[in-house]
Amino acid sequence: MQAFLDTLLGDAVGLERQLGYLAGMVVFGAVVVFGFVLPFAGIVTWAERRIWARIQSRVGPNRVGPFGFLQWLADGVKNILKEDIIPTVADRPLFRFAPYVVMVGFIAAFVCIPFSGDLIIADLNIGILYVTAVTSVVVVGILMAGWSSNNRWSLLGGIRAATQIISYEIPASLAIFPAVLLSGTLSMQGIIGEQGAAPWQWHMFHSPFTLLGFGLFFTAALAEGNRTPFDLPEAESELVAGFATEYSGMRSTLFFMAEWGNLYVIGALVTTLYLGGWQVPQFTYNPVLMNLAQMGVFLGKSLACVFFMIWLRATLPRVRVDQLMALCWKYMVPLAMLSVFGTATLMVALPNGSHTLRMATFAVVVGVVIRFAFKVRFHLKRSRALDYSSLSTGASQGLSS
Amino acid sequence: MQGPDLSVVAFLLLSALTLGGGGGVIFSGNIVYSALSLMVSFLGVAGLYVMLEADFVAGVQVLVYVGGVLVLTLFAVMLTHRIEDIKVSNRGVGKLPGLAAALAMFAGLIAALEVAPWKLPAEGVVREAFPSTQSIGNALLGRYVLPFEVASIVLLSVLVGAVVLSRKEVAEPRVSDDA
Repeated sequence: MQAFLDTLLGDAVGLERQLGYLAGMVVFGAVVVFGFVLPFAGIVTWAERRIWARIQSRVGPNRVGPFGFLQWLADGVKNILKEDIIPTVADRPLFRFAPYVVMVGFIAAFVCIPFSGDLIIADLNIGILYVTAVTSVVVVGILMAGWSSNNRWSLLGGIRAATQIISYEIPASLAIFPAVLLSGTLSMQGIIGEQGAAPWQWHMFHSPFTLLGFGLFFTAALAEGNRTPFDLPEAESELVAGFATEYSGMRSTLFFMAEWGNLYVIGALVTTLYLGGWQVPQFTYNPVLMNLAQMGVFLGKSLACVFFMIWLRATLPRVRVDQLMALCWKYMVPLAMLSVFGTATLMVALPNGSHTLRMATFAVVVGVVIRFAFKVRFHLKRSRALDYSSLSTGASQGLSS
Repeated sequence: MQGPDLSVVAFLLLSALTLGGGGGVIFSGNIVYSALSLMVSFLGVAGLYVMLEADFVAGVQVLVYVGGVLVLTLFAVMLTHRIEDIKVSNRGVGKLPGLAAALAMFAGLIAALEVAPWKLPAEGVVREAFPSTQSIGNALLGRYVLPFEVASIVLLSVLVGAVVLSRKEVAEPRVSDDA
């Protein structure tokens, strides 16, 4: 990004150059936020509802536009037009301010999220640390929302969310370390640069320890994003809607936009750290074509992660609070330690890495995925479609057999 | 051309943020507002670290102080019943002695600033920004490894102490269920 601005600014110096940089960064940031982040957060709500419906044998939203695709726009317009209700007993300034804090923490993460080899708003030297740091600001916004609503459900939801996020920050940060150790840098582009285009050159398959790190990071990121199976802060059967109970209209939409947009942040982080990022083989020397291919690969991997998270949400039940904390402190933190120290030991023992170990880890993962696919196919073949018309006439017979 | 430097503007804004946040912490009557003003102050300090080319310290500042310390403070404040009615200021000594103590502190800090040997770059030399992460890592695991480890032992004993304090007293051994 800086190189591109340098060519654009030519030989401007001093204040003009600084203002030029500032303007360039603001324009590029605005393009990313309004052209990608916000539409993505909207579209993924539609995609999620359609995919759930498919998994649960329902239809899902299919009326607005082709395949119901414009549903997210309709929902957005509806939410903007809704009345913005502030409870009389709420703490007004904090109540109004809280959604913005959440949004700032979420959008600031995009500064360091790469799109391709050259497209990144700023490739900070402390990239991954920066992302972890700014996303922790979200907790303050959630606590603010929970407390200022002056409602027991909201406060409990806010406290639950904050405990969960700060607890799972520890395994998530520890699970970042294996990838950082292998790359020797915190910068996002640097971490991607150390990986290759072929799947077995990804950090994920470096050794069983990094595979463990990948799994732990993905799980902890789900918990930090308040996603099923860790969506206790919004457990509607217990807490109405958690910290968002008293919010209506656009303010409530901001919370949910941050939550759904966060899916992409998680996907992009997993892709960067463990799945090889935007790496593609050097098939052309045309920078535009190369960047487009890299962008396609990066988006493809991130969206595959997003799809996996939606699939999990449609499949898994919610965990209990005590299970949530036990999972974090008794299992994930020690396993994350094992992953970090195992990777470090391996790096000392085999400074150049072991190709056999890489290929073996890769083969095991591929084997598990193939076995899973066959199992799913087997069960799909054996499952019978239920005839609901016969159920309605002979309900007791149909259910007892 | 010599104009006003944007970095000066940024420095002034960040200082205003830090001082304003600090003022909010002290002068706000509502302790929740004080805690949240602390966040503004922390973020301003993180920005000042960035201006000093200490990018790693800035990241850790936000991660530890905003994401950890402040959230724990907010927990304590928000879970206390009717916290807004509690007067948090210490009225024991009165305003004038307090002001005198603050002024003495201020004079001491200014004197320390004057005495401290500052390492300034030579006039007209523009130093390239360089990553601080690597040098911090080398220093912590090389020259300063002993203080670093001692600090971690202190933290460990704090953790053990917290567990001991928050544990429930078990009066008598539990009778087994299958008796």
